Amino acid sequence: MKRALLATLLLISLPLAGFAASSGYPLDHIEPDIHNKASLQSGLQTYMNYCMGCHSLQYQRYKRTADDLGIPEDLMLEHIVFDPEGQIGELMTNTLSAEHAKAFFGAAPPDLTLHSNLKGGPDWIYTYLRTFYLDDSRPLGVNNLVFENVGMPHVLAGLQGTQVRPECMQLPQKASNGGVMRDPLTDEAMTTETCGQEIVDAGYYPLELVEDSGSLTPEAYDQVIYDLANFMYYVGEPARIDRTRIGVYVLLFLAFFYVFAWLLGREYQKEFHKT
Amino acid sequence: MATLGQSLKGVMDWVDARLPVTETYEKHMTKYWAPKNFNIWYVFGVLATVVLVNQLLTGIWLTMSYVPTGEGAFASVEYIMRDVEYGWMLRYMHSTGASAFFVVVYLHMFRGLMYGSYQKPRELIWVLGMLIYLALMAEGFFGYLLPWGNMSYWGAQVIVSLAGAIPVVGDDLMTWVRGDFNMSGITLNRFFALHVVLVPLALIVLVFLHILALHEVGSNNPDGVDIKKHTDEMGKPLDGIQFHPFYTIGHDLPAIILFLFVFCAVMFFYPDGGGYFIEHPNYEPADPLKTPELIAPVWYYTPYYSMLRAATFPLFGMTAKFWGLVVMAGAIAILFVVPWLDRSPVRSMRYKGLPSKIFLALLVISFCILGYLGTVHPTAGRTVLAQICTAIYFSYFLLMPWYTAVEKTKPVPERVTP
Amino acid sequence: MSDGINKGRRNFLIGATTTVGSAGVVGVAVPFLGSWNPSAKALAAGAPIKIDISKLQPGEMLGPIPAWRDRPIFVILRTESMLTELTKNVSQLADPESAEPQQPVYAQNDTRSIKPELLVLVGLCTHLGCSPKPRPTVEPTDFDPNWRGGFYCPCHGSKFDLAGRVYAGVPAPTNLEVPPYRYESDSVIVIGEDEGTA
Repeated sequence: MKRALLATLLLISLPLAGFAASSGYPLDHIEPDIHNKASLQSGLQTYMNYCMGCHSLQYQRYKRTADDLGIPEDLMLEHIVFDPEGQIGELMTNTLSAEHAKAFFGAAPPDLTLHSNLKGGPDWIYTYLRTFYLDDSRPLGVNNLVFENVGMPHVLAGLQGTQVRPECMQLPQKASNGGVMRDPLTDEAMTTETCGQEIVDAGYYPLELVEDSGSLTPEAYDQVIYDLANFMYYVGEPARIDRTRIGVYVLLFLAFFYVFAWLLGREYQKEFHKT
Repeated sequence: MATLGQSLKGVMDWVDARLPVTETYEKHMTKYWAPKNFNIWYVFGVLATVVLVNQLLTGIWLTMSYVPTGEGAFASVEYIMRDVEYGWMLRYMHSTGASAFFVVVYLHMFRGLMYGSYQKPRELIWVLGMLIYLALMAEGFFGYLLPWGNMSYWGAQVIVSLAGAIPVVGDDLMTWVRGDFNMSGITLNRFFALHVVLVPLALIVLVFLHILALHEVGSNNPDGVDIKKHTDEMGKPLDGIQFHPFYTIGHDLPAIILFLFVFCAVMFFYPDGGGYFIEHPNYEPADPLKTPELIAPVWYYTPYYSMLRAATFPLFGMTAKFWGLVVMAGAIAILFVVPWLDRSPVRSMRYKGLPSKIFLALLVISFCILGYLGTVHPTAGRTVLAQICTAIYFSYFLLMPWYTAVEKTKPVPERVTP
Repeated sequence: MSDGINKGRRNFLIGATTTVGSAGVVGVAVPFLGSWNPSAKALAAGAPIKIDISKLQPGEMLGPIPAWRDRPIFVILRTESMLTELTKNVSQLADPESAEPQQPVYAQNDTRSIKPELLVLVGLCTHLGCSPKPRPTVEPTDFDPNWRGGFYCPCHGSKFDLAGRVYAGVPAPTNLEVPPYRYESDSVIVIGEDEGTA
């Protein structure tokens, strides 16, 4: 009876194991690595150069970032802290006021310290920053696959270049078994015209990059964005590094302690099982 | 020449003549005769006490750095997480502890239902336990507002607006609870006082009374046998053993360490519980103009939230919202009267009939399904399922006077089984 | 008849479990005790401050008075004559050798400073914390007809000389505190860091 109960509880717990992700453009997945200091430093630089003007990191201090990323304080002050009077212990705020921001963009650019946590991890940021495309119907001329009708301009367009979203694309036709159908004479993939949401549903990327419109290759740009998303993942919870490290020691200690507790417990159990 | 032992004894004699320390220690520890057949289900009471101590200590330490105002609360939590040395650890001990508290308490309550620990003469222990459960739910509700995140705000907004369903006085009651026309820093400040002072005091008093009431009549056991029926010439129950050291060290110490291992594994490696312990929308500050996509209470309230949402039609001139409130309150209230619903001549599920076992299993399954449903968007199909599960949940209680009376039970042994 | 309890084994296990458990208790205490240390916010607010002394004239005290860790800092560029005055009233001082630990090692000298001309002090009277008034001019005053220049605390009448050393017979028990400081360059000093700190 107890075993049936346990089995039932386990079965019930399976659907709980995945928090319902909001529907929308399927996100690309990255594995963050907060121990990769080079990556974090690159992400910090990108953030300071392209993002900090509008998006503050108001809960994080420069000193904490410098210490965790292995940047000496004087280099941090010289290259990262833009305020000449700035102190290393200060919070990473910016000077864009909420009223001005709202006037410029329609909505105040939010503080991004916790954004990676808010979105359930860095995948959202990673995908968002790579899926801007030209859209004349929008006031700033761009739209985004992940965040529809976003009020943010494509700040990194200089690096990535511009992407366009064709109404329809010629995409490989799939047979009922999932394989790509091929012309038996030419052995080329047979394509069919796919339009709109169907492109995404079929699992294809709906944007096309305008050749050489950006200073980086797509692979290099993806690396820059990975580093930036990695940095955002770090800044969402800087304690994560300590937390996971200390956790290992605590669990090892408890396992060790449990041996003694179990042996001592058994000592007394032996006695009362006799009485 | 007095030895150390003699000196200590002298000190104890002095104290005992003025305060019954040794007598109390013996009555509740070394001479409290507990049934010798306790199993794993009997460990959750002491685990609940461990979690209570954790919540009290970490909670007090958090109030040293937390700012209970609308303007400062969210930033003060980040201050704790980043600037205060080991602040992140105190915060996670507290948030993981809150969820751990409910896991332990639900298992503890299940033991009571399974072994009939609520039956005479233990009805008052059960009622006090239910009051503790109620206080715990209030504590969690007040506490969850304190980070002043967006889910904190909107979750509290929804629950307080339940009071609005009460006819005539509803709206005034809502304003009175909030202290303002909308959820605001005023509400936050008073919830802070309730969460840090009033409810913890109430919890400590209730737990004290709960244990005192237990020790007055003695513990139940998995067989539901009354061990006091067979005593030796000194009055000690034949099937009883000393609580200390046989259960404290023999049983509870390893269990506590094992529990701490699981607790620490969650706290150090998975503290946000995938969005169930710290919900994702709470990583941005409270915004009255921006409702989260899905307002879900923390997991331990979701079964009742499901029942609330399952009431979808008005009746007898009262709104569906009102009936939802009635159903939800009823689901908790009915737990109080279980000692009087159970008409079975036996205590423990081991000797009850098949109907009792089936109904208890159905209770657990429906409660878990309702819990899951409370975390997702309601659809037509899910609402029907919630309604069915609510009916099943209530049937466990409402039909109990019948099925416990008519079912065929097994003969209960005179002495406990090993 | 043996009751089956191995006393030795049991005592060993009790001892071992208690020892390991105590280590655990110490470990648990660490975050509680550690969280009382100054937070990053306190450390940032208490960080060293840089002061530009290039514009300071001889005989002048730097104003507006800067604060370090919420304490006022007096910075005075002493003249040659002020420095000679220091030697003339040694017999009236309570602690002329600066034996009490009111200054860093590098300020334990006749001028209580790194370079003789620049004096850096915490502007709080060592009696009960009032702000002593700088009275650098050598002239008779209503509190001392033979005033050789220094600081006078109006609250209870304590007197200090131009090196912050306390006079004997006044309520204040010790010399004015010299905070840790260092020269970053000839025109910039850093309050809150010792010499040799990068």
